[in-house]
Amino acid sequence: MSDELERMRQAFRRQDSVRPDDAARLAALRTAMNQFRKENGAARQGTAIGARLRERSINLLTALTRKPMMNFAHFNLRYTLAGGASLAVLAFAIVNLDQIESVLVPAASKYDIKEADRPADSEELAAAPQAEPAVRFLLEVEPEPEPEPQPAPEIQGLIGGAGQSPAAPKPESLARGDAPAALVGPASGQAVTSERKQRFVYNPQQPPRQRLLESDSVVPPNYQDQGRDSFADIVPNPLKLVIEEPVSTFSVDVDTASYAFVRGALNRGVLPQKDAVRVEELINYFDYNYEVPDSREEPFKANISVMPSPWNLDRKLLRIGIKGYDLPKTDAPRANLVFLIDTSGSMHAPDKLPLLRNSFKLLLSSLKPDDTVAIVAYAGSAGTVLEPTQAADKNKILSALDHLSAGGSTAGAEGIRQAYQLAERQLDENGVNRVILATDGDFNLGISDPDELKNFVERKRQTGVTLSVLGFGHGNYNDELMQALAQNGNGNAAYIDTLGEARKVLVEEAGSTLFTIAKDVKLQLEFNPAMVSEYRLIGYETRMLKREDFNNDKADAGDIGAGHSVTALYEITPAGSPARQVDDLRYQSGSTATAPAEQTEYGFLKIRYKLPDSDSSTLISTAITRDAEVSAIAEAPRSSRFAAAVAGFGQILRGGRYTDDFSYDDVIALALSAKGEDPFGYRAEFINLVRLAETAAALEPQRP
Amino acid sequence: MNTSDSDLALRAGNGDAAAFQVLLERHYDGIFRIAFRFTGVREDAEDIAQAVCTSLAVKLRSFKGEARFTTWLYRIVVNAAQDLLRRQSAAIRLHAAYGEVSELMRGAEADAARELDWLYDALQRVGKDLRETAVLVLAEGLTHAEAAEILEIKESTVSWRMHELRKELKALVKAEA
Repeated sequence: MSDELERMRQAFRRQDSVRPDDAARLAALRTAMNQFRKENGAARQGTAIGARLRERSINLLTALTRKPMMNFAHFNLRYTLAGGASLAVLAFAIVNLDQIESVLVPAASKYDIKEADRPADSEELAAAPQAEPAVRFLLEVEPEPEPEPQPAPEIQGLIGGAGQSPAAPKPESLARGDAPAALVGPASGQAVTSERKQRFVYNPQQPPRQRLLESDSVVPPNYQDQGRDSFADIVPNPLKLVIEEPVSTFSVDVDTASYAFVRGALNRGVLPQKDAVRVEELINYFDYNYEVPDSREEPFKANISVMPSPWNLDRKLLRIGIKGYDLPKTDAPRANLVFLIDTSGSMHAPDKLPLLRNSFKLLLSSLKPDDTVAIVAYAGSAGTVLEPTQAADKNKILSALDHLSAGGSTAGAEGIRQAYQLAERQLDENGVNRVILATDGDFNLGISDPDELKNFVERKRQTGVTLSVLGFGHGNYNDELMQALAQNGNGNAAYIDTLGEARKVLVEEAGSTLFTIAKDVKLQLEFNPAMVSEYRLIGYETRMLKREDFNNDKADAGDIGAGHSVTALYEITPAGSPARQVDDLRYQSGSTATAPAEQTEYGFLKIRYKLPDSDSSTLISTAITRDAEVSAIAEAPRSSRFAAAVAGFGQILRGGRYTDDFSYDDVIALALSAKGEDPFGYRAEFINLVRLAETAAALEPQRP
Repeated sequence: MNTSDSDLALRAGNGDAAAFQVLLERHYDGIFRIAFRFTGVREDAEDIAQAVCTSLAVKLRSFKGEARFTTWLYRIVVNAAQDLLRRQSAAIRLHAAYGEVSELMRGAEADAARELDWLYDALQRVGKDLRETAVLVLAEGLTHAEAAEILEIKESTVSWRMHELRKELKALVKAEA
């Protein structure tokens, strides 16, 4: 009967599947939050101007980067034929965008004051949906003639009389600054319309819009997250002279995330970006069968060996291996775990949510029946999926895991809060209380300042709840934040790229992943100038400590879980060796009045750690003597040789600055010689990775 | 955890940023969805959604909790969407819609595309009042009473508009034939 209405209803139903784009959602929420803070902040206190200014400028840039980016894509599209010219234009525009920040900040501050005087209820806010709200206030700062106030008629056309002041430049024209006139040309209303059409039709899933402050990347029309994995910049530890700096101090690092990331990249036929390679994490990925300490009271032992350095036989490789006390499974404390699972839209990929689900199922298998598990999912809004449930009730947990599905954007911070709340509710004083966060990267909502998030995690650590981070997927993986979160939460970070890796981290190493046996473990090595003239710590760049922090119990450092092993390699140049890289000084007479007894000691190792429930540290120390030295690589313990192979590989991936002509083939030969039993095939896998690296491309191919 | 929308809205109105954020996160998708129903163009819907979210920073102060929050919120969304449609020149819109649809038609979804084309063409033609009613009742599946509350009209007016809508649509189809 009402067939026409029914037809309309059906037509509407066809677009039920249209979902908001994560990036747009993020932009909207951020802009709105900023507006909110501005409204409330400005009305209440006049003191926090500095802080607000910062928000403001970020806010402005978000808006600016958003709109112009689309135009870049569009230029790109239309002017591919113009080739070089189009590139030049792009570069120009980007530079201008960067410059504009400084121009904008004063304008923003003026606005700030103005805004405070204004009546709170500004009706036109909702009345201009066409304009970027964040940009609008920029437009309202009209009295000051901006560097380039030319109205852009073609854009006015697009707005279609959106009620803007005609003199108000759209952000595009501002961003343009004094860019060549060619830039203005193509932005005709019609062209923009066709671009819009483009966005909708060709790519219903919508390319994510550019994220905050990423003005240095240009987005092709079909933008996919690619190579946006972010890592902390690492400068390899430099060579140090023993005379100048006899003491080297660092914190242990038991994370292995870097290895899995490198493996993921190589398996895709691509060399990992340099900063993704943290050599110490590659080394620590492997178990070296170190001697295990006998009791929990002295939780670990140092295993020391010295052998010739594989990439320069005149130098030596000093290996320090530490193995943590391994808890018998029956002694394991009760675990109170909260899985915090990212179910944002971006997790909808085979190597993300499905893998995560299976990984957690594996973890369940290694729990004791009275351990509890809760699940919090976060996407858009965070929510508790599973109240704390005993591990014995496996079916309930499994079905909760199976019902997770991806969609929405990432409300990471809110999720973290909820997860901690659950963990605190169940807090077991004598047990392990841990939030296990599984995500593919960015926390883009909520506490958007990474430092604030880190502080939150750090504060919570004091209540007894720690944090582990499991990373999934690639393309937009935010490694630095993940690492920082895990470090501040006394936890660890691992990167899961395959189910095999999940098994390694969550089952075989469940003990070490979950149960900390020593915290704030720091190593300090003092070299004997009579024996060693130069040294270089391989890896641990992100873990270096100040010399004085070694004895400062307040200084945070890495933790060691049950059965964890940590390996550090120093490359040392013996005194008087021809391999020395730094010449003696002419005017500093060698005042090496060393006692003869010291001629047998390379150095002195000190390890500081705290037992999990203690706030003061204990010291273990040992001398590094010639007794641990072998004269040929072949005589060195297998563990040292393999570690050296991995270290060589890592350094080559990082550019090979210190490894002379040591090649992938040398790595393979050395690793093969030290493969040993390899029950799980990890070492064989490593050797394969090296082979892959030989043929891997330097850059990920652009997707069409 | 599950603080009610109204509570959150009142708190946000008093300057509680956390409450504001939770509220946005809960409702962004809904805001976007309704906006998209109106425009059929993703980017427009995103713009509307962003503008609405931003405007809430101020508007929440006037939320007194006498209506359900979603009712109050959707009223704002409907108004924002209508505003945009009014201001957008019909020529551009139709042009854009036509472009989208003709692209779609090349694909296997020609059928769906034709229906969407018809839908947005019709929504454009029936005018503001019938359009908003159609979106709320047909697309969102609200009852006449719920739609009436959002639109701040009488329930009987919604029913009457639905009746009108059917008449108009019939006329349109006839005109095409």
